[in-house]
Amino acid sequence: MAELLKLEVVTPAKYVVSEDVEIVMAPGTLGEFGVLSGHTPFLTSLKTGRILYKDANSKEKMLFVSGGFAEATPNRVTILAESAEKSIDIDVNRAKAALERAQKRLAEQKSENINFERAKSAMYRAIERIRIAETRGL
Amino acid sequence: MASLKEVKSKIVSVKKTKQITKAMSMVATSRLRGAQTSMEAFRPYAGKFAEVLGSIADKAGDQASPLLTPREEVKKVHIVLLTSDRGLCGGFNFNLIEEAETLMKEKSAQGVEVSFTNFGKKGRDWCRNRGLKISKEYLNVVGGKFDFSVASKSGQELIDGFISGNFDEIYVIYANFQGMANQPPVIKQLLPIPAIEKSDVEKDENTTFMAEHIIEPSPDELLNEMLPKNIFIQIYNSLLETSTSEHAARMKAMDNATKACNDMIGNLTLAYNKARQTAITMELMDIVGGAEALKG
Repeated sequence: MAELLKLEVVTPAKYVVSEDVEIVMAPGTLGEFGVLSGHTPFLTSLKTGRILYKDANSKEKMLFVSGGFAEATPNRVTILAESAEKSIDIDVNRAKAALERAQKRLAEQKSENINFERAKSAMYRAIERIRIAETRGL
Repeated sequence: MASLKEVKSKIVSVKKTKQITKAMSMVATSRLRGAQTSMEAFRPYAGKFAEVLGSIADKAGDQASPLLTPREEVKKVHIVLLTSDRGLCGGFNFNLIEEAETLMKEKSAQGVEVSFTNFGKKGRDWCRNRGLKISKEYLNVVGGKFDFSVASKSGQELIDGFISGNFDEIYVIYANFQGMANQPPVIKQLLPIPAIEKSDVEKDENTTFMAEHIIEPSPDELLNEMLPKNIFIQIYNSLLETSTSEHAARMKAMDNATKACNDMIGNLTLAYNKARQTAITMELMDIVGGAEALKG
């Protein structure tokens, strides 16, 4: 069995995850990366997206994450995010409503507008949330 | 000597006041617990963030971000003033406002233009009464339920204002929760960001053999992404501290008021009993006097 590393996901509101895991996959700004135990120290910002990890029993789990950073050391991965949710905690209806709102706003806005950028990232967040929620059960 | 009826109605009204102050104190107690919980929940995030930021600041250049660079000439100072929306919390708002006034006077004396962002109605009203310039106001935040997005939204506006040159320096004034009886006002410089404490992780003996962090994208870019977040964190933290302090201050003020009501009720009851006794004695005297006269 592979050696375990500690995964910690922290948001301003709470500790979302704190457990021993086999592997963590996270969406780095420059591309998705995976961390196993013994990883070289690594620090990156994260895109809005999904974190995949296998817990100590090799069970796959997913998280939604946005606006965050990840720090990996040989025996620990710390993820600091503005928001992070376990797949079972995602409110699909809310995400769908947010998606609709964002799309509507995008249709009305000019692309130079700052609100355009905001609506765009809101849309990405909603899409990711829905995508993760739909594959849940993992 | 007040008449019986007067004293009686006074007692009733004080009792009603006591019910209100007691209820308010209880509400404040429960809100205080909530606020303290969110403060504790935030601590690990803030702590870890500071750790990471410290280790990056080490590697990035000193001039990596415009947010770190002090302006040569400071002409416009911006003050973010946090107060509560509602009163009845003792000297809580007064202390914060007094701090703001001192800072404002000090800056104005140097010929610096001062403007405000207000969280909370009390501070805003003070600014309005004094005819001060308010750039932005946020009500129903302090003391209520709020999340990180309030901090990031307002923080982004402050950063935009700083970058565009509308503000040369930004300060935040908030109440620092040091315990139930102690919530002193604190002034903190938000922008330009004061030198970041470099973390001493690298100096730790156990980690010296460890290779340097790989940093993606570059340290400068990452720092540029983290610094604004650091501002949001500070604003969020000030909001949490001020909210907790507000509830603590209100709880204390209302407890004192309830105690004062108890004292008053005691004194009034005493006065009431005395008045009643006097009336009875007078009546008896009348009857006795009448009886004596008939006998006579």
